[in-house]
Amino acid sequence: MRTCKAVTCPVCGCLCDDIELQIDHGKIVKVKNGCSLSEAKFLGYAGHRLLKPLVRKNGRLVETTIEEATKKAAEILADAYYPILYGWSSTSCEAIRLGVELAEEVGGVIDNTSTVCHGPSVLGIQDVGISTCTLGQIRHRADLIVYWGSNPWSAHPRHIERYTMFPEGRFEKSEWRDYIVKTKASTAKKKVESALRIAPRQKADFTAPARSAPCPAIQKEGRRLIVVDVRRTRTAELADYFIQVEPNRDYELFQALRTLIHDQEIDVDKVAGVPVEYLEEVAEAMISCNFGVVFFGLGLTMSSGKARNVDAALSLVRDLNTRTKFVIMPMRGHFNVTGADTVFSWQTGYPYAVDFSQGYPRYNPGETSIVDILLRRESDAALIVASDPVANFPRLAVEHLVKTSLIVIDPHFNATSQVADVVFPSAFVGIEAGGTAYRMDHVPLPLKKVVKPPNGILPDVQILRKILTEVRKVRKERGKEAR
Amino acid sequence: MEHKMKLSVTLVTGRTIEQGVGKEHGKNSEDYMEDVAVCYLDPEDLKQLKIKQDTNVQVSTPYGSIVVRALKSRRGPHRRVVFMPYGPWANAIADSETDSVGMPSFKGVPAEIEPASDKAIMNLKQLLEKQFGKETDADL
Repeated sequence: MRTCKAVTCPVCGCLCDDIELQIDHGKIVKVKNGCSLSEAKFLGYAGHRLLKPLVRKNGRLVETTIEEATKKAAEILADAYYPILYGWSSTSCEAIRLGVELAEEVGGVIDNTSTVCHGPSVLGIQDVGISTCTLGQIRHRADLIVYWGSNPWSAHPRHIERYTMFPEGRFEKSEWRDYIVKTKASTAKKKVESALRIAPRQKADFTAPARSAPCPAIQKEGRRLIVVDVRRTRTAELADYFIQVEPNRDYELFQALRTLIHDQEIDVDKVAGVPVEYLEEVAEAMISCNFGVVFFGLGLTMSSGKARNVDAALSLVRDLNTRTKFVIMPMRGHFNVTGADTVFSWQTGYPYAVDFSQGYPRYNPGETSIVDILLRRESDAALIVASDPVANFPRLAVEHLVKTSLIVIDPHFNATSQVADVVFPSAFVGIEAGGTAYRMDHVPLPLKKVVKPPNGILPDVQILRKILTEVRKVRKERGKEAR
Repeated sequence: MEHKMKLSVTLVTGRTIEQGVGKEHGKNSEDYMEDVAVCYLDPEDLKQLKIKQDTNVQVSTPYGSIVVRALKSRRGPHRRVVFMPYGPWANAIADSETDSVGMPSFKGVPAEIEPASDKAIMNLKQLLEKQFGKETDADL
């Protein structure tokens, strides 16, 4: 039995780097400090996986050698007229760099999962600019935290604990005790409510407080939390202020808050279903903080307005900076999606949706983004690395994807692998292969190789290098030199 | 024939912790299907549909329809907002319109919901084969 300390967790954009693993005979048996997602990955990754590459023959996927799979994949990519290379957010920066090289070689489009995640945020940032900082700054200094359209309790379970409300910062104290008191009060309230429901005929001496009454957060000392969401999420239950916005109406709410921050009046009673009086309180809390931060999630990028919602969020933060100190950060999902944007940017100048079909990088989301290419039915082959678009894309986009030649490199045998033509099982990056990943605040962290992959299973980097070499060979044979 | 109640709702898809854990256990697993082929309704909406939790319902949008299990939302009140975890079942009915920014509309899609206790929920293999007509190899 050995213990591996300071392991970086390869699940979400928090990249928690304080995980401790106990390893017994090459198997992870215990995870310390991890959240439930982290535990599920570290303890469950080894189950149900492929140990050999597959190719489709006569309509069925059959086991093959790495050499034959590489040859087949290289032929598909070298012969394709407009291939797409997609995924990249759950692998290392080293693999992503090779992916960009391969995309240039075959004249394809390379896109990462930002395109169906924070792509609109990138567009908003390119339009407005962003005032941001690292999570360390927030941990030590932020006294007002806003989660907007984001539910870290489910998607980034340790974000609140490590970076916002619960850490003991150098200048700001942990709100952990306050949370315990609040949770106990909430449980007691639920019990009373339930008792009143069960015995409605008995005259109750106790009257439950009105559910919609705003909490007296304005007088509260220390860190404060604002949550804006369409549902009362678990994160919202921790909040000092919860704003339940109507679906698709975030843009209006941002503009209303901007109006209030500029000391202007609003002539209606409600905006996006929220009473203006309550918004005034929230605006006051925002102005009166010393260091505020807005974390925004896919509630903004996936609902009506998309990039324009992010424009409005960034503009709100810009306006707040005329009154106090405020920063903003997207809650990036996959552990290295920030790395994918970063590597794409330093290699091509653009963070996602990069088209090499003209021989030089071109970027025009809406045209060169993968979902649009699939909806226009233009691509004729696809290489999917560490992603599952068949499960994650809307049906209409997948309909074309599955009609084209499909190559998958992934440690999981996922929905895309099931309909693929060539499947390469790969080593789990961050468990069986090392590399570099970028945290959501653009801090690069090393991923560790803590156990050996099964015999014959290669890391993404090696598989991609093999394919790239083979593609060059095939293209040379066919008289197609690199563009 | 008994007239079935239909509700016009707004569909929001998103992450749940169960879906996050389920995907790490493998998307072919029964756990994953149990956690993801579901939708969360406000208790009042369930009452209006005259169904109890764990009844199958059919959620339809202009882009398709899918049968999933209805669960009572503990994140309410959110009348007429139906929440589905990310996954192949939600994406079967997601709006693919990207509004020229590359991003489909996964949240805030107008939808209709009706009880469908007589219809079964498809597993991942059946869903993929029905939607894309490509033979899958889930048992590999």
